[in-house]
Amino acid sequence: MAEINTGGGGGKHDGGKVRSKKASTRIDMTPMVDLGFLLITFFILATTLSKPSSMTLNVPDKTKQEETEPIKASNVMTIFLGDDNKAYYIFGKAANEDPEVKTVGYGYEFRQAIQENARKVPGDKFVVVIKPTKASNYKNMVDVLDEMAITKTKRYALVDQLTPEEIKLLKEKAKIDA
Amino acid sequence: MTDVAFLLLTFFILTAQFKSQDAASIETPSSISGIKVPDKDIMTIALGKDGKVYFGVDSPQDRIAMLDNIAATKGLTFTDNEKKEFSLMSNFGLPINQLKSYLELPEAQKAQIKQPGIPTDSTGAGATNELKDWVFNSRKANNGLRIALKGDNLAKFPEFKNVLATLQAQNINKFNLITGTEAPPAGWKAD
Repeated sequence: MAEINTGGGGGKHDGGKVRSKKASTRIDMTPMVDLGFLLITFFILATTLSKPSSMTLNVPDKTKQEETEPIKASNVMTIFLGDDNKAYYIFGKAANEDPEVKTVGYGYEFRQAIQENARKVPGDKFVVVIKPTKASNYKNMVDVLDEMAITKTKRYALVDQLTPEEIKLLKEKAKIDA
Repeated sequence: MTDVAFLLLTFFILTAQFKSQDAASIETPSSISGIKVPDKDIMTIALGKDGKVYFGVDSPQDRIAMLDNIAATKGLTFTDNEKKEFSLMSNFGLPINQLKSYLELPEAQKAQIKQPGIPTDSTGAGATNELKDWVFNSRKANNGLRIALKGDNLAKFPEFKNVLATLQAQNINKFNLITGTEAPPAGWKAD
């Protein structure tokens, strides 16, 4: 590879005078380069290139009970995270008011649903309640929290308890056991 | 070419941060959040895809101090050698009563043992919940520790809820979720 033969002169020349043969000053670098590439390969494979990022999650203090103003159901979009990477949501009605349950996948479809509903609510009153069910996984939850960041929804809550009405609703309309 | 190769070599040597040997491999979901995970003063609670919980603290000194604290509360004693072994573990998923026997094992056997995970419960403060002891004692060892949760894509929500409940029971309400990095959708700008 690194061996280029430009060996010193010598040999016969016109004059017929025989000169002493000069030793080549070139060194064979093949082993060094081999070792170099071996080390490069090792370090490339051993390094963690993409540093993970982190999202902050703030949860309400459980030890303090604060009285807050009740939120009107007409401003609330409740998202249930089901199995099989599907999410279900109701908007504008509480669970016991026979709301329409819509099914969305994660990603673009989901984002559109949030933005569409957010437009229906005046001002900054739009609230998203995220309720993961037993069947959902961690990725689903992170995806939804990420959608909140993407759609810039300022008011959202992660709630881990489903009310009996909601369990009934999901069973009847979405056919899932929450 | 050789020059370039060695330049690259130098670069990789200087920037190398070795992958630490973890108790379980965890594939995190990705998010658009660009906040970097801090390098030091961090405790990591990892949630494997089978729902097992692993715990780790970044600095070896804190690990030893944490082990001393927990040994004192549980009435256990660890030898200096065991402490040293423990300080080399980046994370672990063992109930406290199995920890001593695990630390005594030779290196080759340690890798073969399937760690059962740290016991948690749904209330976050029960007697069987050992995660709360680890969290408490590590914070006692180093008060400035930040908390990072690292969950696997496939970890089920109820297990995550148990971890969340454990932290909330100790009045820890702010933490980081470690995720991979993905590009935000086109046209999206951070506020």
